[in-house]
Amino acid sequence: MKDFEMKEEDRDEKNDPDDARHPDDVHPDDESHPMEELLRMDRIPHIWCPGCGIGTVVTSFVEALRKSEIDLDKTAVVSGIGCSGRVAGYIKLDSFHTTHGRAVPFATGLKLANPELKVVVFSGDGDIAGIGGNHLIHAARRNMDLMIICVNNFNYAMTGGQVAATTPTGANASTAPYGNFEYPFSLPYLAEASGATYVARWTALHLRRVTKSIQEAFGKRGFSFIEVITPCVTLYARRNRLGDGLNLLKYYYEKSEIQHGADTRTLDISYQGKLTVGKFVDKEKPTFLDCMNEHLARVLGDKYRFYGVSHD
Amino acid sequence: MKKVKADPKGVLTGAHYFDGDYALAEGALAAGCRFFAGYPITPSTETAERFSERIPYVGGVFIQMEDELGSIAALIGASWGGKKVMTVTSGPGFSLMMENIGLACMMETPLVIANVQRGGPSTGLPTLTGQQDMMQVKWGSHGDYEIIALSPDSPQECFDLTIEAFNLSEIYRVPAFVMTDECVGHMHEKVVIPPAEEIELVERKWYKGPKDKYLPYKPDNDMIPFMVKAGDGYRFHTTGLTHDERGYPVINAECQDVCVRHLVDKIKMNADKIIRIEENQTDTAEIVVISYGITSRVTTRAVHKAKKAGIKIGTIRLITIWPFPEKRIKELAKTIKAFIVPEINYGQVVLEVERCAKGQAPVIHVPHCGGWVHDPVDIFNAIKEASK
Repeated sequence: MKDFEMKEEDRDEKNDPDDARHPDDVHPDDESHPMEELLRMDRIPHIWCPGCGIGTVVTSFVEALRKSEIDLDKTAVVSGIGCSGRVAGYIKLDSFHTTHGRAVPFATGLKLANPELKVVVFSGDGDIAGIGGNHLIHAARRNMDLMIICVNNFNYAMTGGQVAATTPTGANASTAPYGNFEYPFSLPYLAEASGATYVARWTALHLRRVTKSIQEAFGKRGFSFIEVITPCVTLYARRNRLGDGLNLLKYYYEKSEIQHGADTRTLDISYQGKLTVGKFVDKEKPTFLDCMNEHLARVLGDKYRFYGVSHD
Repeated sequence: MKKVKADPKGVLTGAHYFDGDYALAEGALAAGCRFFAGYPITPSTETAERFSERIPYVGGVFIQMEDELGSIAALIGASWGGKKVMTVTSGPGFSLMMENIGLACMMETPLVIANVQRGGPSTGLPTLTGQQDMMQVKWGSHGDYEIIALSPDSPQECFDLTIEAFNLSEIYRVPAFVMTDECVGHMHEKVVIPPAEEIELVERKWYKGPKDKYLPYKPDNDMIPFMVKAGDGYRFHTTGLTHDERGYPVINAECQDVCVRHLVDKIKMNADKIIRIEENQTDTAEIVVISYGITSRVTTRAVHKAKKAGIKIGTIRLITIWPFPEKRIKELAKTIKAFIVPEINYGQVVLEVERCAKGQAPVIHVPHCGGWVHDPVDIFNAIKEASK
């Protein structure tokens, strides 16, 4: 693999003055972790493999939490099951590690019970789009005010590298030992078709772009879906002989082409092929609670008891 | 335990002519339930319909989810969001909820589920009655845990026991179940809803101490940990994994012992406070009929007939099914000739009666596969046979 170079547009952002992790800001004698205020340091070290991309996405998330002007006491993280499902356990916010596939409906209940919360679902492709796929499309359909960060590593990693709804056709997996012959989901297409009002895709090495997308999603109300392609070094990369985690991280990054506003019908991912990344959808639409309040107030008049936080 | 009066907004005080399904919804609203997530399923759907009709005037949320997996997950999330929450379902939907009932137990989440039972297995008899989920409610999710289950025998009791289920659920931080059936669910009777100030509710055991000292799973003196809700600034963690007092996962046998023992013991050790049964003439009885729900009403006629025939008969109506009233059954087994257990299944609660009787008194089951209630004659014949 050729020497790795950051693309011009990403390099510009490297000098972001807001970036708290800039080396100049860190005193050499300071042994504290730069993210300790937002991580459960009593649970570190984490369980992820060396070379895994999930930690990188967590870093982007923590950056976004810091940079966004949101009340962190009113921000909750919900995860399902799987490698990415462990994220909730490391983030020092109200955090819920739920069951496989049910993070989205759990988050739906949490948000509706306490509408002043910002609720983020942070989980993997198997959890959100495989076993939980039905909840994903319905939460998007309702424009539930949730942010979904979906780490896509193309396989079921926690259980040992089984084929997933996102495994590219032709890739090898432990339950597709002769290669995957199924068609994978294109998650941004699925999210947009279902009604999401913000849809983006990045690779884990697009650190600042992931951060920026999360910030943008924090600034919006409605259903946001951010897919982040990450290497699974121990399983997907090893089975498919794709090199170590860092190589694959760079490979995904270099194979990616930023096309903001791209038609989500064109975003299929082929095995080790081109990755179209960017922000594809960013629009406004009343949320579930907006619709509920507006509709019932119109139909029932003064007898209706408004529910939740007023956004007038 | 902090007791409070019901919020009048949710209480439809007065005498009504309701079916059991409607009474479940009114009981929930009176108990302060302000979040309902459900999925349509016969014969329980009318509860969801009633709640969706009423909640806009009370203030709260009704959401029809994409399936029962979503309903129960949303309930747990909403309970941690600070609301009292409920769903209603029947056999197939109940089966779908099982995994997350385990999560609710593990996270010690107060919530109420009503099951308007129909005949099973599988799609079975959607429109006809059954009492076939009585074991599933206790054992249906994997692993060891305890829940609380109540069984109403009338629309009035659907109202009353739903309120009680909410109170027990809040006191013990555990899912509580109202196990009714199609007959009671669709039976229309007089339901009297008292004034709000006469309805006593239990407030959730909120933690009010310093933020950095909060431990979501540290049992208090009464064994029940304090609770907080998301958004209050405690930045707590909770998980379905075996966890310590901080709510952090600990994957070993020692922590499993503490964690699971707690989930079981908090109900077992408080069983005497939870259990309610209705006894009639058991002091003088040779034969005791144990029944619950609609079957207890059918039993009344058989018992009447037995009395006329000169048989010394008593009855126990189980209002609480789980935890099972084992102490009383054990005591009675020493003094009586036989227990008769009619139920609309092929042998569920009867197994508990047998376990508690420990061979000291014969236990005779009067089964019915579902679809209709017993013919009282069948129950009478069992009584007569046992009395010989």
